[in-house]
Amino acid sequence: MGDYLVLFPLIVPLFFAILSLFAWRAITWQRVLAVAGTLILFSSGLALLDVVTREGIRTVQIGNWPPPYGISLVVDAFSALMVVIAGGLAVLIAIFSLGSMDEARLRYGFYPLFFVLLMGVCGAFITGDIFNLYVWFEVMLMASFVLIALGGERAQLEGALKYVILNLLSSALFLSATAVLYSLTGTLNMADLSIRLRTTIAPDLVTTVAVMYLIAFSIKAAVFPLFFWLPASYHTPPVTVTALFSGLLTKVGVYALIRVFTLLFLADVAFTHTLILVLGGFTMVTGVLGAAAQYDIRRLLSFHIISQIGYLLMGLGLFSQPALAATLYFMAHVIIAKAVLFLIAEVMYRMGGSFDLRHLGGFYQAYPWLALGFLLPALSLAGIPPLSGFFGKLALVQAGLAQGQFGIVSVSLAVSLLTLFSMTKIWNEGFWKPAPKELRPLSGSMGQRVALILPIALMGLITLGLGLGAEPVYAFAEQAAAQLLDPGAYVAAVIGGLP
Amino acid sequence: MRGRSEILATAARYLMPLLIVFSIFLLLRGHNEIGGGFVGGLVASVAIVLYMLAEGVQAARDLLKIEPRLLIAIGLLVALSSAMLAWMVNQPFMTGLWWKHPLPVVGKVGTPLVFDLGVYLTVMGTTLMILFTLAED
Repeated sequence: MGDYLVLFPLIVPLFFAILSLFAWRAITWQRVLAVAGTLILFSSGLALLDVVTREGIRTVQIGNWPPPYGISLVVDAFSALMVVIAGGLAVLIAIFSLGSMDEARLRYGFYPLFFVLLMGVCGAFITGDIFNLYVWFEVMLMASFVLIALGGERAQLEGALKYVILNLLSSALFLSATAVLYSLTGTLNMADLSIRLRTTIAPDLVTTVAVMYLIAFSIKAAVFPLFFWLPASYHTPPVTVTALFSGLLTKVGVYALIRVFTLLFLADVAFTHTLILVLGGFTMVTGVLGAAAQYDIRRLLSFHIISQIGYLLMGLGLFSQPALAATLYFMAHVIIAKAVLFLIAEVMYRMGGSFDLRHLGGFYQAYPWLALGFLLPALSLAGIPPLSGFFGKLALVQAGLAQGQFGIVSVSLAVSLLTLFSMTKIWNEGFWKPAPKELRPLSGSMGQRVALILPIALMGLITLGLGLGAEPVYAFAEQAAAQLLDPGAYVAAVIGGLP
Repeated sequence: MRGRSEILATAARYLMPLLIVFSIFLLLRGHNEIGGGFVGGLVASVAIVLYMLAEGVQAARDLLKIEPRLLIAIGLLVALSSAMLAWMVNQPFMTGLWWKHPLPVVGKVGTPLVFDLGVYLTVMGTTLMILFTLAED
């Protein structure tokens, strides 16, 4: 069963994309399909996670071509975890979209694109072939290009243009780096690459390629200094799309960074991983400082996405088991916490008529439940115990201290404080101060209102649950990190796993 | 749109069947030789587009009878099922299965051909969807 399960993260979204194409005019059916499809994706992700924890790394050779010639799909604990998070977020976004997406966008193929995007994201998580990774990136980007421009509003097209150009640049760099790597080693299979790069004759060239990959993935992950496309484009599409992007797209970039810098480029760790650590520090600081100047909630949160990416890089840069485990835990935390803040921004917009904090207010008095819904992820992002963000940051800081990296530790703590300041700003402006104008109750049918509120409530509970139940999640993250730090096991599972 | 050209219309009527046959020829020889579902699908859509230029978009839509979008969906479904057939005989996903007896004219038949057929339909649907939309604007 395990081998079938490995393919489910690809087949389920593709199948549901096809079904939603068939149901093009039947919007109601597309909505049903969206929720059903994402639920199936999520549960197959959970089943895969279970199999991988019990039986170790699972691989499938597409078309029965032996490695390294064929394309391998490889699912280790890290991949399975990412599929589960992506699937879980997809379910919640699909529910939210029932209440939030307008008819026009639905009639022009929002749901088929949504599934194609998920297929690209999941494909990137489970592939074991560097060129195939490129292909999945493209699948994901194609869908995201259309999603970001769908609707054709003026601001949207402007944002989409910046987004497309920067991402194409990154893809070109990714492809060139892959070409150099291929000419250097003669293989594209990541397991095979891992062996060959260890015994390469040109270590300097390998480091060059490593930096090319670092730049390519950094653009996608919105790492300093190449993050500027993100705040310029993320606030333009509907919030449902932004929440999906914030949860998945930049994190695929981080996933790719973690994958190649734990499996492939280990020749010059002192240089490459220190570089990642420094970039992580700068990313945290610039993101949070950029947020301080913003009053549009969506732009403010977009800058916070960048800042949080810095924490993910910090764990990779430190490159020890506790640090990587902390990164994985932090990834689970930040994807959920970030997405829910965007969803709350949408609800505030529907009630207060603006995304601008200066024109909002009074939510605490009028809707205390929404205030609570905001407080949980916001304080979690700032790292207040006992929420998930606290444990993620605690683990990162402990890992940093254990390695004597006091510089990055103090930066991360300072940024934490600034994040709290930023969240307090949203709280004061949006929730605390008296409303500048009358707040409207949520419009729409009962079902639509439930669709808007339910995901927010569930994500809040997940944030709380990740914090209160940090122990088992963290234990799993440690197991996954141990696997990441042992490329030999990955290689053995792919190359040695021949029938 | 400009007036209808009798020369183009007549030429299209004779060229269309030829192009369709050629596209099927490309599809069938594609597995081991130059050709395949992608280029076959392009040639097939050229046939329809030629008709569109001669007779107008609505006439071409009527001729095609099926929405290009549905062609995409059917094509993807065909390709996906050809890949999943391998599971029925306990082989990894997308393993090529061949029918033992070669057919006359067509040659060896197997799941890669079915996959190519899916590509053919998807490419045709995508190309026509884009061109119909552009022509209608």
